[in-house]
Amino acid sequence: MSTPTPGQTVGPFFHDALPYPGDSELVPPGRADAVRLHGRVLDGAGTPVPDALVELWQADADGHVPREPGSLRRDGFTFTGWGRSATDDAGHWSFATVAPGSVSGGAPFFALTVFARGLPNRLFTRAYLPGPALGGDPLLGSLPADRRSTLVATADRQGFAFDVRLQGEGETVFLTYPRH
Amino acid sequence: MTDDQLATQAEISAEIATIAGTLGRGASETQPRLDYPPYRSSVLRHPTKDLHQVDPEGIELWAPAFGHRDVGALESDLTVQGRGEPIGERMVVTGRVLDGDGRPVRRQLVEIWQANAGGRYIHQRDQHPAALDPHFTGMGRCLTDDDGTYRFTTIKPGPYPWKNHRNAWRPAHIHFSLFGTEFTQRLVTQMYFPSDPLFDLDPIVQTVVDPRSRERLVAAYDHDLSQHEWSTGYRWDIVLTGTHRTPTEDETEDDA
Repeated sequence: MSTPTPGQTVGPFFHDALPYPGDSELVPPGRADAVRLHGRVLDGAGTPVPDALVELWQADADGHVPREPGSLRRDGFTFTGWGRSATDDAGHWSFATVAPGSVSGGAPFFALTVFARGLPNRLFTRAYLPGPALGGDPLLGSLPADRRSTLVATADRQGFAFDVRLQGEGETVFLTYPRH
Repeated sequence: MTDDQLATQAEISAEIATIAGTLGRGASETQPRLDYPPYRSSVLRHPTKDLHQVDPEGIELWAPAFGHRDVGALESDLTVQGRGEPIGERMVVTGRVLDGDGRPVRRQLVEIWQANAGGRYIHQRDQHPAALDPHFTGMGRCLTDDDGTYRFTTIKPGPYPWKNHRNAWRPAHIHFSLFGTEFTQRLVTQMYFPSDPLFDLDPIVQTVVDPRSRERLVAAYDHDLSQHEWSTGYRWDIVLTGTHRTPTEDETEDDA
């Protein structure tokens, strides 16, 4: 067993290094099956966080886990399942992607990682697709109703909306895993 | 807030010392505290509820794949991205990326970013009046090799001031972004240099309250990595958290 290296904040100066052209476009936004997954990152005062970064990792529409490289140099055809979106001055992030299918029968969700200046370590969360499949989900079932709703995306005209609340009322449920 | 209203280093250091005293004898904490008031911008940005433990499922048991399609061979040398030599101490930093069981993380993406030798980032929000270097962007990428080894050639970054408190200086550091073989292993961290007098004064370093864990953020100078009339060398190994997925036959073959 090895002891893990500690995390540190992403800081304020990641914008020239981590974002890249096409980073948030897992599929071309105009494609027929493209959906938008978007939202804001908000702090404990409800103020938008303009220097956060959200990463997305997801299955394809059929529930297959993508194994293809190419996220950093998108070819417009290969679905890699991964992307990143820095928040803008209004704290808003946005992806063009597809709705993930169920992996091995579980309720479909987008896996999200959140980084920000002022956040000493990354945070993990899930944005579940709204719908009847959520009833039997073990994670959602283990949470009180008011906290459960922080993990479920809302359907909107172009896809799904999901706000990340770092602190305070409606604070998003953030996850840790065994062996962390 | 005007500069006069900022806390002094002595006040911040006292807060750091008080929090250090809350670490129980013999207790260990491998990760930073999210609630760490001496790092002022964390006050409204940390969750107040405990992280919720869950067994990773589905997509969380896998990580994105990156390959030579994603990363060019020259991206690991931050000294050749301009038309001339950047100013400062040329250095190599190398090490291995390992998982929580000590296995190498192979053919996976490593990204770095850093200030230049004068402590200035090219970022437009960096207003520190130190010189920009036209031959240095401070950004690099590479893939680990089959042994989990990454390697960058760069310039030793300088320390720089920030506005957390009065006369606040960040110790020289390189930001690292790492992926494992599972989503749960994602890590963004910072590498520091040995014997830096700013290390103990810096509330970002000190978010890692356990001193033994803080030491894991410090690279070692390695004279065998230094090259005659060319560059100095530092070694820093990175350990990710443990995995959960049972390897399939495919992966076993891949590892052979």
